[in-house]
Amino acid sequence: MADTNTTTQAEVKDRKPLFGKRERKLITDPLNDNNPITVQVLGICSALAITTQVSPAVVMTLAVIFVMGFSSLFTSLLRHSIPKQVRMIVMLIIIAFLVTVVELSLKAINYPIYQELSVFIGLIITNCIIMGRLEAFAMADKPWPSFIDGVGNAMGYGAILIIVAFFRELFGSGSLMGWDIIGPGAQFAINTQAHWWLEWYMPNNLMVLSASALFVIGVLIWVHRAWNRDLVDVS
Amino acid sequence: MHSTGYVVKFILMVSIVVALVLASMATLLKPIHDRNEAIANKRSILNAVGHHLEQQVRSLTDDEVLEIFETQIDQYVVDVEGNVLSKEEVQERGYSGGMAEHINIGRERRKPESERLLPVFVFKSATDQFFIVAVHGSGLWDDIWAHIALEDDFNTIAGVAFGHAAETPGLGAEITDDPMFSEQFRGTKLFNEEGEFKSVRVVKGRARDEYHEVDGVTGATVTNDGVTNMFRRGLQNYFAYFEKLQTQ
Repeated sequence: MADTNTTTQAEVKDRKPLFGKRERKLITDPLNDNNPITVQVLGICSALAITTQVSPAVVMTLAVIFVMGFSSLFTSLLRHSIPKQVRMIVMLIIIAFLVTVVELSLKAINYPIYQELSVFIGLIITNCIIMGRLEAFAMADKPWPSFIDGVGNAMGYGAILIIVAFFRELFGSGSLMGWDIIGPGAQFAINTQAHWWLEWYMPNNLMVLSASALFVIGVLIWVHRAWNRDLVDVS
Repeated sequence: MHSTGYVVKFILMVSIVVALVLASMATLLKPIHDRNEAIANKRSILNAVGHHLEQQVRSLTDDEVLEIFETQIDQYVVDVEGNVLSKEEVQERGYSGGMAEHINIGRERRKPESERLLPVFVFKSATDQFFIVAVHGSGLWDDIWAHIALEDDFNTIAGVAFGHAAETPGLGAEITDDPMFSEQFRGTKLFNEEGEFKSVRVVKGRARDEYHEVDGVTGATVTNDGVTNMFRRGLQNYFAYFEKLQTQ
């Protein structure tokens, strides 16, 4: 978080191209060095709830990208007129507004997915990453970089979401995106009962429970830090 | 720091703009939402007799669903005494559509039994006819419901389609997500050989009685019990109507 704050203050007033070095960094940073989930450890609650299957995680990611991008944009546009005393409430109104827009549109466009996600779409409002980015970035920066920052952070969040969902769906239900991949039964592409050396394998129901998401995220944080040495605190 | 007057004005402005946009959006999309809801409900009804359709319900387009519903399904609204209500009577009770497909079974469940309106859908395939009834109950977090298709002996279950409002994905929600769960109900019976109402129970471990027990979803005890109760209570409401049909 500190990292992005300093770049904000060091902003150069010159007119810059739409995708300059800084904008690129705003996108790539949350994917790696400043990932909202594995580095900042924000947004864990929704990462537990909607990662049992890949397809809801993908829709959730798209919804969060939309909500975060535009809430950052609107907040940034209004940043000089938002009274400091009530800035949190104003941000909350903006976020809740966009979430409702997503909910209403999804209900009209794809009703089955809406039914599957209904509760969780509403819970985007409580996603602390959004509030965090609005407070840390959009309140102090121009609209376009704020929009990029919102989208970048949402992608960093979504990437982890989809990775976790991949492992949980594959090992928990033996399927991916609803396609049956591995498990006991003829409907699976790899029918473990048909191969004697795979007979021991059963989809592990523990992976479907929320607790397993914490294990998977914990392992991800470990792998991330082992790979990116800059993240390791030396104190 | 801004003055209090400014803060109040600013918040009012933002709220009014947001409220206007959302209200107009909701109003504009209402017809589409209603249509989607109606189609989802019809799909659920067709799912209960899914094995007797030429195509999988999932692969039917919205228009095909409406067409099957139009051509192969008759619908009636009955009360707990087994009387069939006319369209006007149903409209008087607060359903402007007046058809069985418009009945909100969640709302009906909260009324006393004698006032309930019960939808019945009769599906006619080339050879058989099935009576599809709707039941409603409580799961762990919120409501659960089901459409149950009965063969014309009013005893054998030909298929069940479940629905739920907010059960846990991967656990309670498996009653809809796992097709194997509803599949187990096919061929189960409501009555034992003595004609006593036994319903169908969702049990832990292995189901032993092939006619009156099915295997529950692992880790979803409350939802399983909800299904058991929903079947027992919901089906009883229809008995008077079934008896009338059988004596005719």
